[in-house]
Order: sequence, then C-alpha cells, then structure tokens
Amino acid sequence: MGQLEIEKLSETKFVLQMGPHHPATHGVLKLYTEFEGERVLKIVPDVGYLHRGIEKLAESKTYPSAMTLTDRLDYISSMTNNIGYCLAVERLMGIEPPPRAKYIRTMVAELTRLSSHLLWLATHALDIGAMTVFLYAFREREQILELFEKICGARLTVSYPRIGGVRVDIKEKVLEEISKFTEIMLNRIDEYEGLLTENRIWISRTKGVGVVSSEEALSLGLTGPALRGSGVYYDIRKLIPYDAYSEVDFEVPLGENGDTYDRYLCRIREMKQSALIIRQCIEKMPEGEIIAEQTIDIDIPHQGKRKISAGDSLWSGFIKFVDEKAELIPPGEIYSAIEAPKGELGFYIVSDGSGRPYRMRVRAPSFVHISAIPKLCEGHLLADVIAIIGTLDIVMGEADR
Amino acid sequence: MAQEIERNYQDSLKIAFLLREQFPEEVLEITEFRGQVSVTVKKEKIKEILRYVKEEQGFNHLQDLCGVDYYLENPRFEVVYNLFSIWRRLHIRVKAKIDDKEPEIDSITDLWEGANWHERECFDMFGIKFTGHPDLRRILMPEDWDGHPLRKDYPLKGRELWRGFKEILEEQK
Repeated sequence: MGQLEIEKLSETKFVLQMGPHHPATHGVLKLYTEFEGERVLKIVPDVGYLHRGIEKLAESKTYPSAMTLTDRLDYISSMTNNIGYCLAVERLMGIEPPPRAKYIRTMVAELTRLSSHLLWLATHALDIGAMTVFLYAFREREQILELFEKICGARLTVSYPRIGGVRVDIKEKVLEEISKFTEIMLNRIDEYEGLLTENRIWISRTKGVGVVSSEEALSLGLTGPALRGSGVYYDIRKLIPYDAYSEVDFEVPLGENGDTYDRYLCRIREMKQSALIIRQCIEKMPEGEIIAEQTIDIDIPHQGKRKISAGDSLWSGFIKFVDEKAELIPPGEIYSAIEAPKGELGFYIVSDGSGRPYRMRVRAPSFVHISAIPKLCEGHLLADVIAIIGTLDIVMGEADR
Repeated sequence: MAQEIERNYQDSLKIAFLLREQFPEEVLEITEFRGQVSVTVKKEKIKEILRYVKEEQGFNHLQDLCGVDYYLENPRFEVVYNLFSIWRRLHIRVKAKIDDKEPEIDSITDLWEGANWHERECFDMFGIKFTGHPDLRRILMPEDWDGHPLRKDYPLKGRELWRGFKEILEEQK
C-alpha cells in the first residue's frame, strides 16, 4: 500500500487518501475518501496538480500559435483538441475549410477516437483485472500512432490541423494503409468483445456499478459516452454537424441502464462506427486544396503594438496588443463545441479585434466528469471506485488545463 | 446546412425576445454574432432567468459557465452561461454583468449540479463569489494562493513564487 495513507476515524470508519500518485487514478487525481468498512461514505476529489494556466497563456499568444497549447489538454487525443480549437477560430472569423480538408479532419478525428477509446479500454480493463486486453489494445493503438506519424510526422502532440484546413496533404499510399487498418480494427474489436462482453467476471464487476439516470446525468453535465450510456441522444456530430460529419452515415449507440457496463458497450459500438466513418471518408475523399485562402491573413506577426495601461511597468501593467491595421479578427464571441472522444469539448473565444484571443475558455469534459465522481460512487465499494474512475475516461491534462 | 443555422438563429432570437418580455427590467441587450444569440442581463435575478430558460424553454444542458474580465470597463466582470436545448437543438448564451466592487452573483447549483465545479473555478480564477454555493473553495490553484490569475491585471508570469516552492528552495540551502 505504498502511496496510500490510512487514517482511522473510529473502529469501523477510516479515511483513505487515494492519489495523487496512484495508477488507478489515471494521472494526478487525488481522492479523499471516507469508508465504513469497505463502503464509501464520502468522497471528495481534489484536482489542480497539473494546472499550467493554458487559458492565461493563450491570451498572450497569437491565434495560430495558441494551437500548440491545445495539444497539451487531452494529450491522448490531441487531434480532436486541435480540430475543436481550429473550428472555433474558423467560426469566429467566418472561414470555411475546403472539402478535402474537411474529410481529412473527420478521418483523423475518428482515428483519434479509436486510439483514445483503445487507451480507455486498456486501462479500464487493467484496473478491473483483465490484463490481456491491455496488451491487445496497445498493439492497435501503436498502429494508429504510426499512421499519425506517416500523416504528419508526430505521434502524440500532432498540431496537424490548421485554422482553415490541415497542414499537409495525405498521400494515396497512406490512405490505402488506413483503409486496410480499419479492416483489421473491425476484427480486433470483435476480439475484445469476445474477451469481455459476455465474461462473467466483467459483467459482475460492471453491471449496476455507477448507475446514473438520464436526468441526473444531464444535471451533472456529463457528455459523450458517459451521457449516452444513460440513453440521452446527445452527440454533437449529429446535432450540430461540423466538418464532414453531415455527409457520412453513422449511428449513435445509446445505453439503457446508465451503468458502467452500458457505457462500456456504448464505447465499443462507437469504435465500430468510427472505423466505418473512416472508411467512408476515404471512399468519398474529394481532390483539391487542403487549406482555405483566407488562412494567410491570420498569420499575424508575433510583435504586435503594445498598449500598457494601469501601472507603468510591463511587470505590473496590463498589456493590450493592438496592431496598426485596425481590426485583425472581427470582435465578438463564439462558443464552439465538438464531440471529442471523452465528451463535449467546447471553446469559448472572446475576440477584441486584436490578433490574440482576449479570453479563451476551454470546457473540458474530464473536468465535469470528475465532479460527478462523488455522485456515482455513493454507496459503492472501494473496488467499484476504481471501476467508476475508469468508466468516466478522465485525463488530468484536460481537467486541470 | 446554412438553412438550418438560419432557422436555429431565428428560433434562438425569438426566445431571447420572449425572455425580454418576461423580464423587461433585467435584460440589457440582445446581440447576435455568427448565428449565436447572447442575452446580457443584470445579475440580480439571474437564477429566475435561468430557471425560466431551463424549465419553460427547455434548455436542459448547461454547456459551459465561465467568467470574463473586461478590465477598465464598468461593470468589469461577466459570467457567461452557454445553454443548449437537446430536443430543440438550440443554443443560447446568457451573460450577467458584475461589478468590480462586490463581485457576487447567485449560485445556480440548484438548477444544474454540474455548475458546482465551474463556479468554483470561476471563483478561483476571477474572485467572483457565488452566494449559496455549497462548497466555494479554490479548485485549480493552491488553497493559500494570493490573487486571481485570470484577471487581466494579474501578470502572466505570476506575482511571486508559491509558498510551497519557497519552502523547498529554503530546505535545499
């Protein structure tokens, strides 16, 4: 019990400080838990160990250069973070990416969804005790990362999408490889299902654990598979279609009971749909440009004209960046959300007309999901807490920003 | 696609006007940008306004709650509520203006439990107090942190080292 500190409250009650360095908390999450025997009495999550001030940093960067910050939010699905940010800035500026870029983006977003769900499946199963799945899932995830490397040269923090398109075009050969990979992937998902879906131990560890009704889930702000597991049809890819999602066919898997098992089934079915979306994207991929014409206009020089007010020095003063050209970006505000693998990833950007975001707010799904842990863990056992952390699919880089 | 955006925008605008009819004293301004409608309101009756929007107009999903600091403007702060109606597929934004002197607003944790941590973050980053919040503590910064980092008059580099770091540095000497 290396990292765990145990404090005794009475003969039967005790306090367990789980984390911040615990393999089952998926990062630096700390849980203050009070138990009566093995039952949870109270649970208080504590976040902030990975806070880097990304929202503050973005205010000092130009729009194109703030994108690298978004890579570091949910670092296992950086492609969707980039797309979410680019989409927000595009909507702010009124740019439309060319069709080929839209299809490429949709394809890489779904590849990211596969890789993120694979990592979720691997760690979730490992936490519950099914080690084999971990090894299988990482085998496929490695292939996806290799594909990313072939597409853009980076594996983890990709920064591949650009405002108004994508950075480089994809070669025909790579598209063929991706197409082959989807075939392998569809078979492999059946393999994982063979290991888990009807496994007696898996069912007894996940069914009826962390039940959340649809009203509760909405009130708690759960999104993504965690909300769809409770049977709410909320998928931004369908409700507010972006990129090429309105042009491809796919289903949105829904659960019924809102427990860990249903959320597991939702994600597994979503993986199959993702593979099918990727295939459709490759089939329908149009030829043409990969970046919008207006993109060059937003390549703002880093040195803006600075206006300092309230306080004389750079240290204590408030710095406002203004350029000689009157308005670089139209002033206004936009909330733009995408369906990231973990849930709704929203960017709220306020522009004051200068070349930098006046305020960039990131609505991170993991942050909201962690706040739901106490509710989901009510009356469960210590071992179920691990299963619930796993089923919410949290990443601390995104929660702490 | 474009038609749908236009339709959604018109519908959201209708709701914004309904809101103004319902609360003529409270609604300050209705603005539109890129097809998104924002309603600027006074902070006093924010809970009633949001309850109306949630229960009468069916905006059941609180997408986001955050603060914005318009430094040197009066009123200085804004708390922004991004709401979405899942069955009507509509988005609306409600913004509450808050004064610099007493940055306070009613908590909406009764309406959406998920607002709890958003409000805590807003308090941590801007120093806006949410009255009626069950557990208003700092969330991302250390508990004994001085200042509110996302305010515009807070320097990017921070003011000084955190107490914890100082202790470590002193121990090394």
